[in-house]
Amino acid sequence: MDTNLALILVLTPLLGFLVNVFFGKSLGKTVSGAIGTIAVAISFVVSLLLFNQITSTGKGIEVTLFDWIQISNLKINLGFLLDQLSVLWLLFVTGIGSLIHLYSISYMHDDENMHKFFSYLNLFVFFMITLVIGSNLLVLFIGWEGVGLCSYLLIGFWHKNQDYNDAAKKAFIMNRIGDLGLLIGMFIIGSMFSTLDYATLKTAIAGASNLNLPLLSLAALCLFIGACGKSAQIPLYTWLPDAMAGPTPVSALIHAATMVTAGIFMVTRLNFVFDLATDVQSVIAIIGAITSLVAATIGLVQNDIKKVLAYSTVSQLGLMFLALGFGAYEVAVFHVITHAFFKACLFLGSGSVIHGLHGEQDMRNMGGLRKAMPITFWTMLISSLAISGVPFFSGFFSKDEILLTAFHHSIPLYVVGSVASIMTAFYMFRLMFLTFFKEFRGTEEQKHHLHESGSLITIPLIILAILATFGGLISLPGNSWLNEYLAPLFTKVAGEEHHLGTTEYTLMGVAVLGGLLGILIAYVKYFKQDNVPEADENITGLSKVLYNKYYVDEVYDAVFVAPVNSLSKFFRDYIETGLSALVFGLGKIANEIAFQGKKLQTGSIGLYLFVFVLGLCAIVSYIFLAQ
Amino acid sequence: MNVSTILIILLIGAFATYFSGDKLASKVALLFSLAALGCSIVLLNNYSAGENISVINSWITQPKISFALNADGLGLAMVLLTAALTPIIIFSSFGNEYKNAKAFYGLILFMAFAMTGTFLAADGLLYYIFWELALIPIYFIALIWGNGDAEERRKAVVKFFIYTLAGSLFMLTAFIYLYTKADSFLIEDLYKLDLSACEQLWIFLAFFLAYAIKIPIIPFHTWQANVYQKAPTVGTMLLSGIMLKMGLYSVLRWQLPIAPLAAKEYMNIFIALGIAGVIYGSIVALRQKDLKKLLAYSSLAHVGLIAAGSYTLTLDGLRGAVMQMIAHGFVVVGLFFAAEVIFRRFETREIDALGGIRTQSPKFTSMFLILVLASVALPSTFNFVGEFTVLYSLSHVNIWFAILGGTTIILGAYYMLRMFQHVMLGETNSKTFADVSLNEGISFVVIIAVLLFFGFYPKPITDLITPSLENILQVINKN
Repeated sequence: MDTNLALILVLTPLLGFLVNVFFGKSLGKTVSGAIGTIAVAISFVVSLLLFNQITSTGKGIEVTLFDWIQISNLKINLGFLLDQLSVLWLLFVTGIGSLIHLYSISYMHDDENMHKFFSYLNLFVFFMITLVIGSNLLVLFIGWEGVGLCSYLLIGFWHKNQDYNDAAKKAFIMNRIGDLGLLIGMFIIGSMFSTLDYATLKTAIAGASNLNLPLLSLAALCLFIGACGKSAQIPLYTWLPDAMAGPTPVSALIHAATMVTAGIFMVTRLNFVFDLATDVQSVIAIIGAITSLVAATIGLVQNDIKKVLAYSTVSQLGLMFLALGFGAYEVAVFHVITHAFFKACLFLGSGSVIHGLHGEQDMRNMGGLRKAMPITFWTMLISSLAISGVPFFSGFFSKDEILLTAFHHSIPLYVVGSVASIMTAFYMFRLMFLTFFKEFRGTEEQKHHLHESGSLITIPLIILAILATFGGLISLPGNSWLNEYLAPLFTKVAGEEHHLGTTEYTLMGVAVLGGLLGILIAYVKYFKQDNVPEADENITGLSKVLYNKYYVDEVYDAVFVAPVNSLSKFFRDYIETGLSALVFGLGKIANEIAFQGKKLQTGSIGLYLFVFVLGLCAIVSYIFLAQ
Repeated sequence: MNVSTILIILLIGAFATYFSGDKLASKVALLFSLAALGCSIVLLNNYSAGENISVINSWITQPKISFALNADGLGLAMVLLTAALTPIIIFSSFGNEYKNAKAFYGLILFMAFAMTGTFLAADGLLYYIFWELALIPIYFIALIWGNGDAEERRKAVVKFFIYTLAGSLFMLTAFIYLYTKADSFLIEDLYKLDLSACEQLWIFLAFFLAYAIKIPIIPFHTWQANVYQKAPTVGTMLLSGIMLKMGLYSVLRWQLPIAPLAAKEYMNIFIALGIAGVIYGSIVALRQKDLKKLLAYSSLAHVGLIAAGSYTLTLDGLRGAVMQMIAHGFVVVGLFFAAEVIFRRFETREIDALGGIRTQSPKFTSMFLILVLASVALPSTFNFVGEFTVLYSLSHVNIWFAILGGTTIILGAYYMLRMFQHVMLGETNSKTFADVSLNEGISFVVIIAVLLFFGFYPKPITDLITPSLENILQVINKN
């Protein structure tokens, strides 16, 4: 029964993928979209069933299908582990996934390759589910690379545009840098404990008497590099903003709500490893904090509506890693969930706007859309309030917990996280004011066609906005359902259950005031003073540095990409030809010797006799001398 | 039935093809190659059932040379690889016209015959004869039916011929020396020899020269890219899909067990050489202008990793190497076929002259992309299983070997996706690109099916090769 349920869960999206690949074109757009949506919806229903089962029994379900890879001391099964963590992830992957599929039926309707779009989305869900429910690291790795592939396919969905193809390629390759880290981490763990299976590994670590902690830390660090790739942390984050080249539903599903949280999932899954690697935890916290700040500063000045959201995603992921670094896994998971709600809503909202403006993404050409697109406006407003940490919206609770955790461990990192949060509130409301308030700044043509999107687009928005509002209820301070639900996963009991004392209330107040301050500045600048960001060529000074993302892409190009390419040309033009000439040279030497030897064969008997006698003398004298 | 049956089928097939005339040649060749495949499956079945399918007949008495064919799991795996790829290669050529087709297809079968013999021979001299025999057909195939400027082609092919022949002579010398010691060429007698470390080193190096040129391992690879480019695609497939595995296979079968002390003493150097090939090949591949040359360098990178795995002298390393040999055999044949499919339509392999094919040919694009992904070892393809196992074994020797060898997953993705982007993506090409025909599709689908099936379920192959690899390791570790 459990095996069947797990198989239905995984295979339905795969079936959807296959149907759309082989028959999608002939089925027509609406049918192919419906098939894709239903496939994911079925997985969602199965996830609900599993959730129900797990909350009632409290026990995880293990399913082993068959032996996969046999390595001398490692036996790797193709197996699934459905426990609290994986089922929680399944719920929002398939739940939000269904909504975004539904949304895409309308959003992608004008695209001639709509069936392909749905097949890739289904394939993505298949791999994402595999990633989440794998019972060992290698099954996770199937999903891990699989979602990377789908991300590649979907970023480059409009493949006539080589810039988009570049972005897709960049995403894949940067992820692979992380993947090498993940592989090495697996190798170390495999050789230390002879297993990659989570459950066995947990027991092995708990039972080990003489743990080689430095080696285990190295493994944890390598795994974290993998997480950096997938979850877009410094130094491997630059692919995510470029990934916005993909259609907006893709940005919502893959590059905001689900795939990019895989790194957080993996670290949480292996909490028992990271708990022992305290140095690595500090690294994670610091990287997370810095990423959240750096990305937030870049987000301050971006004018492309999706770019703002992309940097915001990087920044929010950084906050989640900040929590992970302190071992506060449940806090990170909480923020993953609320973030999935409000960020998916924001991306889908921005998609609705872009759709309404026929592809316009530059906020300088927007404005005043509030009246024409009320549902989009209100849902995005709610989500912006949530991400800004305005009280009682979901993001308020989760972000507050992260900052609270940080405060208890490290004041500097708390400050960094708080500043990033204030900036978040600012750039989100900058986005809101520029997009929805004041006068419309686009063309007359666009103005004429302004309209609210259809119900397939607005319904997912409304549902997500509701979730973004009330999602915080799953983990209220002092009374957290989520913490209790996840408790069986963690060896350390959540450490500090924050008692709501004066400090906590003060911090909460500070955070709220910070958020409101950010909103206020945005209000003054973009509503009161009616500023519109400058045209590209007029941006100067610090803004220019930020606008150009600190020139990190340029630096990477100069330091890594260009040298490898020059080296390639050098090898091709010099080393290869040189080696080739060397081999030919050996042949030429042989030729030359033969040529010289030929000259000895003159045909003169006298010379032959002379040499013969000479040789005889040499042999005789050698024999005499040797005696 | 014993393993000589398959050799007989292939040899008769070669002649039958030649005498069937130009019109029928391709079909007759396909038929015989399929018969050989069927035969090898039956043999595999019998072998699994415990039947003795080896042959040993005395052949020449002075010096003692026997007609000895020994099929164990490793040998059978390689025979199966040859038997499975040959019909695919023949079938993939159905879209092309060849002058003097009877000779062309006859030579293909003759080459399959010689390569199969190489994988089965259990007598050093017999093995050497098969080894050299395999060189002759590919020499003519590349020389006569190749492409590009005739004079340049002749230069490249002759260089290849002499280079590999010269390398093999060192191997022959080693075998003669071994004969003076063992008074036999039989592999089991050679395994039993008790050679000094110094002798082993020389023998190891003599073998190495032959294999390093054939595989090829840098810096002995200079013949490769040019020959791959100039040979007709069928020849390139035979070379890269099967023939280079002769070298890798021989490392496991002959070099390591006969000279284990040298192998142990210097393994780090040879692993390093293999890994240097991975990095060097990948970097050179990045900036190739010709699609076939790019694939040649990618092949150089992949076999470097296989060689590195072999020289770890661990079960994982050997097993990963063999699996990767098989996986690479299939994927590289598929990729060269993709290059051929493009050439049939656009008559160029110049990467910069391509692009914008995807919009015109969804089926071809999907198949090509799957092969590209298999080549970069995406999990769920067989290539991942092999590469993961090899890298894992390297990490046990030295974690740095795994890290440096592991750069293949980054660099490989870089050059392959870059190639794919420039060849397939972008604005629709002004020239029309017809999507794959049924015949072309079949070849792709078979290859892809094999790669995906064993990607999820490699157990049959693991079970087949493990006992023989354990035997080899036992010989290596006898002291």
